[in-house]
Amino acid sequence: MESKEKIIFTRPESLTDRITHYCPGCTHGVIHRLVAEALDNLGVREKALGVAPVGCSVLAYNYFNCDFLEAPHGRAPALATGFKRLRPDMIVFTYQGDGDLASIGMSEIIHSANRGEKFTTIFVNNAVYGMTGGQMAPTTLEGQITTTCPQGRNVAQTGQPIRMVELLAALVTPAYLERVAVHTPQHIIKAKRAIQKAFKYQMEARCFTLIEVLSTCPTNWGKTPEEAINWLEDDLIPYYPLGCKKDPESLERDDGAV
Amino acid sequence: MAKILMKGNEAIAEAAIKAGATNYFCYPITPQNEVAEYMSKRMPEIDGVFLQGESELAVANMLFGASSTGKRVFTTSSSPGISLMQEAISYMAGAQLPVVIVNIMRGGPGLGGILPAQSDYFQATKGGGHGDYRVLVLAPSTIQEAVDLMMLSFHLADKYRNPVMMIGDGMIGQMMESVEIPEKYTEPELPPKTWAATGARGRDPIIIKSLYLDPNLLEDNCSILEEKYDRMKKEEVRFELYKIAPKNKLLIIAYGTMARICQTAIDELEKEGISAGLFRPISLFPFPEDAIYKEVTKKNISDVLVIEMSTAQMCEDVERAAVGKKPITFFGRTGGIVPSPEEVMEQARKLTDKRKPKPGKKKA
Amino acid sequence: MPGVTIDKNHCKGCELCVKACPQQVLGMSKQIGVKGYFYAELIDASRCIGCKICAITCPDVAIEVHTHGTSFALFEY
Repeated sequence: MESKEKIIFTRPESLTDRITHYCPGCTHGVIHRLVAEALDNLGVREKALGVAPVGCSVLAYNYFNCDFLEAPHGRAPALATGFKRLRPDMIVFTYQGDGDLASIGMSEIIHSANRGEKFTTIFVNNAVYGMTGGQMAPTTLEGQITTTCPQGRNVAQTGQPIRMVELLAALVTPAYLERVAVHTPQHIIKAKRAIQKAFKYQMEARCFTLIEVLSTCPTNWGKTPEEAINWLEDDLIPYYPLGCKKDPESLERDDGAV
Repeated sequence: MAKILMKGNEAIAEAAIKAGATNYFCYPITPQNEVAEYMSKRMPEIDGVFLQGESELAVANMLFGASSTGKRVFTTSSSPGISLMQEAISYMAGAQLPVVIVNIMRGGPGLGGILPAQSDYFQATKGGGHGDYRVLVLAPSTIQEAVDLMMLSFHLADKYRNPVMMIGDGMIGQMMESVEIPEKYTEPELPPKTWAATGARGRDPIIIKSLYLDPNLLEDNCSILEEKYDRMKKEEVRFELYKIAPKNKLLIIAYGTMARICQTAIDELEKEGISAGLFRPISLFPFPEDAIYKEVTKKNISDVLVIEMSTAQMCEDVERAAVGKKPITFFGRTGGIVPSPEEVMEQARKLTDKRKPKPGKKKA
Repeated sequence: MPGVTIDKNHCKGCELCVKACPQQVLGMSKQIGVKGYFYAELIDASRCIGCKICAITCPDVAIEVHTHGTSFALFEY
């Protein structure tokens, strides 16, 4: 019996075939794939609309096979709001970094979440401004060295790193908020489930959904891809515990780590 | 279609609805709050989206997203709010998105005041945001004209795929006048919006953006915009003449409510034997340069008087258009003070007295 | 027999797949791809179990996994 070769893992249709501009080992690429897999699995590529931020993923529209808008820095949630309100039948998602969402775009994300806008936000947290060369971000850890806090972040002067999911969870409006990570296959598999669940909630017009994805930045962390993986595990996760912080199903918060 | 008495702000809102623009994003700011209140009242009767955002900045970005669907969208605000929208306006111009933005101007700068002014002329016509872009700017002087220009704005925004701004001083928003609003805005045919983001079904993805890292591509984008602005300069110049006649000695140039005040002054001056005509620009960009040059250079005109509710902004464009052919005098009040016809007449008298030969002194 | 094909131009030589492979069947080539990175390659096809972990880890979707007949399903991806 001649058994046919079967492909069991390949590029999702929602992802273009382009070589990305991301640095070697940068897990933006993984997150792109997870979003694309979700669009494929839910069969919504042809009615999807992505909103790209300003930051490393400003060129995200080159890597997805769906319509895209490019937002001014931090304003993606506002663009998504405007679009989704006029086209509730389409699946709208913003893809934003920590500088874009937690710094200049803080007002937009908080108010979109509070209005319960029915789009999905993929929030990539790598604790640094990537595209502009490694400056301190609102999510930079205490003592973490960046190009604008070369002696390590001094929280006495710049405040503590911001936990976005917990901050948004404090809003009364229902939402699905979960923090995941993509530094190991095991975490990637869990991240995929969370991202897909977020898009599912959007298809059901259930609530605002945001997935915070802890991601590596080898170049600006000054580490090899593997060292970056370890640093994420050893330093980022303790400060940014993984898990679902808010879910319209249960509404009671699960603070346990993965 | 009956004439009805309507407040400017509400008439502007109804005009938008008649033009099929039932998607409105707003943020409260005096003196144009009535537009939002009217739109929210009318929402149940019309199929549209009404959303009050968290800031004018967010609202302008919501417009970017909403306009990307291909539907007609608009907002109204006032001076400080319009400042917050400038970044998004630049992005919408760069991404070639149609949008209509109404500025019911108030005194500035800073928090300024809430009384009428025309001190946002530069911001509107010279581009308040960054980069090589322009916004088509229209200035009504009556509530009826505000209705007509509001509907026209949506047509022009779609025709040129560019933001269009209608600016009126506070009075345009707050005054009540009788207006006729058509049941439906009939407009010339426009091409289908194939550029809109409607989902990549059976076609390649559509990307609505303004980023071009390759300078050649960015320059190409700028020249596409430039061509549109040149076309606007050829096809969209609008102005009105009032009592322009060969016996005029004085040419008054004013727009918006200020022009109406000048008309009263001109009528009164005529009784005093002072003959003045009014040139009223309606399109502030494209600015009616050629038409102004033609009027200014007429032999009978000895003086040009520019009157604004600001400290001389349009005046610079008039000077640019007149290329020094005739002396240009500016008179203006700002901060929310509206010049009275008497003040205008005073200026006119001063200019004409200057020309009269002094009794007893022989002309050398 | 399960196996992987690695697109040597998409691979940026980050080596995450090499570290992640439970069977340690991946290694780095001495050749470079179009962008100048040493690309990863399958060095011992016989011991590949088609578990997809390398492809899941890869940030550049450079790895395609195929198998014949029965395939390993350690987890649902």
